[in-house]
Amino acid sequence: MSDDAAGERRSAPAGQPPAPPRAAGKISGPAPARRGFFRSPVLWPIAGILLLVVVNLLRDPTFLKVTIFERHFFGVPIDLLNHSAPIMVLALGMTLVIATGGIDLSVGSLVAITGAVAAMAMARGVESLPLIVAAALGCGALAGAINGVLVAYAGVQPIVATLIFMVAGRGIAQSLTGGNVILIKHPAFEFLGNGFFLALPFSALLAAALYGVAQLGLRRTAGRLFIEAVGDNPVASRFAGVPAARTTCLVYIVSGICAGIAGVLVASNIRTADPLQAGQNMELDAIFAVVVGGTALTGGRFLLSGSFVGALLLQTLTVTMLFVGVKPEVATVPKALLILLVCLLQSERTRGWLRGLFARRAPA
Amino acid sequence: MSDQPLLTMRGIGKRFPGVVALDGVDFAVRAGEIHALLGENGAGKSTLIKVLTGVHEPDAGEVRLDGKLIRPASPKEAERAGISTVYQEVNLIPSLSVAENIALGRQPGKFGFLHWPALRRHAREALARLEIACDVDAELGTLSVALQQMVAIARALDLNARLLVLDEPTASLDEKEIAELFAIMRRLRGQGMGVVFVTHFLEQVYAVTDRITVLRNGALVGEYPTAELPRLQLVAKMLGRDLAETAAQAEAAHAVHAAASPLLVARGLERKGAIRALDLEARRGEVTGLAGLLGSGRTETARVLFGIDRRDGGTIALRGREVRLHSPHEAIAHGMAFSSEDRKVEGILPNLSVRENLIVALQAKRGGWRALRREEQEKLCGHYIAALRIKTADAEVPVKNLSGGNQQKVLLARWLATQPELIILDEPTRGIDVGAKAEIEQIVAKLRADGVAVIFISSEIEEIVRNSSRVVVLRERRKAGEFSGADINTPRLMQAMAGGHARHE
Repeated sequence: MSDDAAGERRSAPAGQPPAPPRAAGKISGPAPARRGFFRSPVLWPIAGILLLVVVNLLRDPTFLKVTIFERHFFGVPIDLLNHSAPIMVLALGMTLVIATGGIDLSVGSLVAITGAVAAMAMARGVESLPLIVAAALGCGALAGAINGVLVAYAGVQPIVATLIFMVAGRGIAQSLTGGNVILIKHPAFEFLGNGFFLALPFSALLAAALYGVAQLGLRRTAGRLFIEAVGDNPVASRFAGVPAARTTCLVYIVSGICAGIAGVLVASNIRTADPLQAGQNMELDAIFAVVVGGTALTGGRFLLSGSFVGALLLQTLTVTMLFVGVKPEVATVPKALLILLVCLLQSERTRGWLRGLFARRAPA
Repeated sequence: MSDQPLLTMRGIGKRFPGVVALDGVDFAVRAGEIHALLGENGAGKSTLIKVLTGVHEPDAGEVRLDGKLIRPASPKEAERAGISTVYQEVNLIPSLSVAENIALGRQPGKFGFLHWPALRRHAREALARLEIACDVDAELGTLSVALQQMVAIARALDLNARLLVLDEPTASLDEKEIAELFAIMRRLRGQGMGVVFVTHFLEQVYAVTDRITVLRNGALVGEYPTAELPRLQLVAKMLGRDLAETAAQAEAAHAVHAAASPLLVARGLERKGAIRALDLEARRGEVTGLAGLLGSGRTETARVLFGIDRRDGGTIALRGREVRLHSPHEAIAHGMAFSSEDRKVEGILPNLSVRENLIVALQAKRGGWRALRREEQEKLCGHYIAALRIKTADAEVPVKNLSGGNQQKVLLARWLATQPELIILDEPTRGIDVGAKAEIEQIVAKLRADGVAVIFISSEIEEIVRNSSRVVVLRERRKAGEFSGADINTPRLMQAMAGGHARHE
């Protein structure tokens, strides 16, 4: 991921002796980049994933085993990638929303709504896959636009504005499906959440591609600057001419579209539109992924690669719980503990405290 | 006044990674004196204060209060030792009452229950000692900033303090309020207390202090009785260079361009509770000074002109065409720029880099769809960091790590980069050191020479006089007069600001 520069900037401590002068126009050489990586907040979720993999390998040495069958890869790691795709996509939109200082609680319900919309379109006899997907994404965009207008123009608190859809969303989804769980039979649609492309799960590739596109888009446009400016100091950015309201509104729309994509992936994967179960608690998983990935809830600087890795960590954890045999009812507890651990490790204060602890012991 | 020092700091040294903040500094305050601690930003004033008040631990040297060695490890310990501090920003809680604020952290009472009568009596006594008239049940946030500051002082003095440290207490006060503050400081001096006074306003140093200690680059320059140190010498000591030429260039600004065409014409500008029937013009190649006391409507005028607040009446014409501005975004598109007086809240993006802070307005003006090329950004930064002499390790440092004066320069650079035709500067020199002040005034002169229309807002009359081609004085949200050429002088402006009766203090 090309976030490394940002990660390095963020972690450069204040008051350090000035770095040796660099050649004009040349952006950081290899040495500072490596230091940046070791200080990068992405490091900890990656370490978490490795730790979990080791735990799994100790229990079952074949955990990482990938076989090729009918020109597709098969195995636990492949399933893991496939299943983490919806959270990755949600976390992408969520990262941008959180970077503006907001939060989007509606995405879990939107997954249910957009999945239902896609299923209803198919049930009504729409055959064209682009049309089905467009309906779901359009619906997500519309809901995101409503959230965005409420937050950016009506001045409603983000938590409250998006809570409306979070609460009402499942009702909307149920009324769309008439309260039923709708089964999906549409080979092209089913491919999205189950198919393989270049021997890898299509959904994971799609998620990765979306991150790539987002990364590139934010760099080519002033998107990253505007979002971080609004999140860092909304008043000052408005006074500097940044279209703060438009930027804020836009990130909620993007988040809504991301929810639409996730909704399609979930519905496709389970070949069902389930207005009650689909996307349950997914908004929280997405927020966890963002936070674990090193983007602060206070807004400002954000790290897309962190959210990507964070989503992967979350899914690895879920798989590990199943693998180790923790009952689903209590699986949330270790999950919460691991998130806490990663967040503590990322906190400057804890790290300073730990450093102090080791420094004091070292000479003794 | 006794000659027995109340406070002696000897050989204080403090280094931060890569920086020597203090290098063997001596500082002494006698009981019953007001002692000014002066120096440019980065001279080490705030570090010295922080060592004294227990925020920082010194690497070298000793601190004695009343001859006793002290080593405060926290502000609380310093308070207990008898050193109380009031900072520039009021660190109290606006939604609590005056009495609660004074008692905060040491509430009388038992088992978590407050003893309200004691609390109120306590507060009343604390205020009475300073002869402050103020309702102890009033919500703090409803009081003026000046009164809040006095409450903060009352709170600080509530303990049996020997030494009071006032760190830029006057930055947000108007003249009358400053006079009240000075009265309190003199009263405390009379009671035998030592007062350390940190400020950027030299007039105030001469108005109220007995002695001056000057720091420069973390080292002691010297200690002088105020009466024996002429102002120009003081400035020279603070800067380490001669400032005579600044005084010489002052008159240049008054020359009014005969042919200057009005770029902006505002007629009958109205906004409820802010400004009334205001006419204002800004011409190319001229600095229009906007003078007036606090609350006279200076900032409010700027906000209406820049499209931040909607106007209720009147017209604004730019280049002869009437415009309706609904947002700063639109104003910038029309070639306007506005540097706000509130650097922290309305100016900087604290966690973003110097580079990002510098280019954000230009990027916003160009629209968000195509980012400025990185090389272009770095070229702009390199240019302005050199041209405005912004002191920063490089352009990627978060702007919050810069000193106030350098932050202000970054904000100026942000607007200069948009190449504005009209720039509104609201208190551009507030809270920054004398050297940076002079530099910012030079930038204003340069803008004027380049044919930019400048609207210059300041509460320092001398600054208005030095820099303006014409001056509009506001009083009670109305225009109270307009001056140009030789009419621009301190007494006339003061008279207009005060409403016909020149005040003598």
